[in-house]
Amino acid sequence: MSILHAIFQPGLFSNSSVQDAAVVGAVVAVVCAPVGVFTVVRGQSFAGHAFADITATGGSGAFLLGVSPLLGFVAMALAGAGATELLGAERQRGRDLATGVLLGAGLGLSALLLYLTTTTESTTGAAVTVLFGSIFAVSSSTLPMVIGFGVSALFLVGLVYRPLLLSSINPDLASAQGLGRRTVGLVYMVSLALSVALSALTIGAILSTALLIGPAAAALRLARSPGRAIVCAAVIGVTATWAGIILAYDSYNWPTAQQGWPVSFFVVSLVLAAYLLAQLTSRRARRA
Amino acid sequence: MFSGLFSGFMVGTWLQASVMAVVAGAVGFFVVLRGSSFAAHAIPQGAFTGAAGAALIGANTLAGVGTFSLLGVVAIARWGRRGQHDVVTALCLVTLLGVGSLFLSMSTEYAEQTFSLLFGEPLAVSSADLLPTAALGAGCITMVVVLFRPLMLSSIAPELAAARGIRPARVELLFLLAVGVATTMALPVVGALLVFSLMIGPPATARFVTDRPLQAMAISGGLGLITVWVSITASFWSNWPIGFFVGAFAVVWYVLGRCLARWRRKPVRAVALELAGSGSR
Repeated sequence: MSILHAIFQPGLFSNSSVQDAAVVGAVVAVVCAPVGVFTVVRGQSFAGHAFADITATGGSGAFLLGVSPLLGFVAMALAGAGATELLGAERQRGRDLATGVLLGAGLGLSALLLYLTTTTESTTGAAVTVLFGSIFAVSSSTLPMVIGFGVSALFLVGLVYRPLLLSSINPDLASAQGLGRRTVGLVYMVSLALSVALSALTIGAILSTALLIGPAAAALRLARSPGRAIVCAAVIGVTATWAGIILAYDSYNWPTAQQGWPVSFFVVSLVLAAYLLAQLTSRRARRA
Repeated sequence: MFSGLFSGFMVGTWLQASVMAVVAGAVGFFVVLRGSSFAAHAIPQGAFTGAAGAALIGANTLAGVGTFSLLGVVAIARWGRRGQHDVVTALCLVTLLGVGSLFLSMSTEYAEQTFSLLFGEPLAVSSADLLPTAALGAGCITMVVVLFRPLMLSSIAPELAAARGIRPARVELLFLLAVGVATTMALPVVGALLVFSLMIGPPATARFVTDRPLQAMAISGGLGLITVWVSITASFWSNWPIGFFVGAFAVVWYVLGRCLARWRRKPVRAVALELAGSGSR
């Protein structure tokens, strides 16, 4: 009983920012599951990470303008998706370079915006909030927006689920069947942008890749079918975020911390642990 | 307006930035050739944690950055051999950064210091760092010279390289080490998030201009020098973060290179792409 008490400390369930964080975390983890699985299968982790870095610009801009960071994240992620589509998917190598140059520009611009924020207002630590996240600071008024964007991302993925799956696993067959590869790719890009933006709100722009790639990569090691992998990834993601929130709440009472440990740190560590565990399990299963 | 730009405390910055631009140009050429953009992006971002950790325990920044670049390099090289390379790179990157966020929350440093580690600070170079930086630069250039033939061969014709007894895993590790060393030098000046721009912007442009390796390296080194020199001046004058200028220059060079390649319409670009396309992975 005392262990339970130590894990779920008093006030955990009645704290309103913890409740909001739990809802946001769950929505984001569920949305990231299908999108993440496709991202890993298509080998587009770099694109996912590039979007994440580019969203930092939106978050910084939102700070400067004083609007909700989520709007900034979403706007910039969608702009990134559009730019990537414009640059075209000629070849993997050329696309990687163009993506890299683009994400560098985005980070440079967010440096400028954050600098301007610190000069015009006395808010310090905007950089840390945008880049490394602070889920406890998500205001309850953003909740409907989070759910709205999450549902749209899920809807988009559901819309192109079968053709997307086919084009991810066997591009030649997909184009032979005359599927609008470009349209499917574009819809996938938009849903990727939305989930990256949501993830950026939860654990920070440059860490958001963890929630997108980590659970999906672990799930793909464990599950045999894409559908099961998505469910598995959602379970891993939700568990990691919730456990991260609980641990971060507890850490306020730990002796070493002055102000509690960041949620992002716990979420990222738990996601990594899940991936390593999955790798271990799958290797043992293969040997047996 | 520009008084003080070349005064005593700026000499170290100019020297380090110049060495760093040349080294990043040479290493970046291979980053572009091998298509290792993601690894070259992950190593500097992960190395930020080293800088944050060094600030926490009061150690030398250069030492912290060096340690964590090395950690990132070894993790990506060893772990990436089995499994999906890009997934492993992404996970290494976010894990290191996650630890970095913990360090940040524990430290009592000012927000400005964190900011300059992320986005660059031209005055960050102390004269005590000059000697180690010069040594790192010399070491890195030596590595590139020694590795030049095996790297070229294993990037362009992996089968031929294997026939000559070149082990791809070892070449990859040494190459990533060179990236790590270049990162260690560049991070304090241009910031963790923008080292990557310096490492791929100029070399990617150079590839559009020429397909000869040595010429491309020279061009990318030259463009890198212009980038850092103008960025330092502009940042000194406007007080804006140096990373902004470095990132913007990378885009300018890249767009210019693309336009030039299209305008010439020579087979140069096709050859360059073909060479890049036939590389490993």
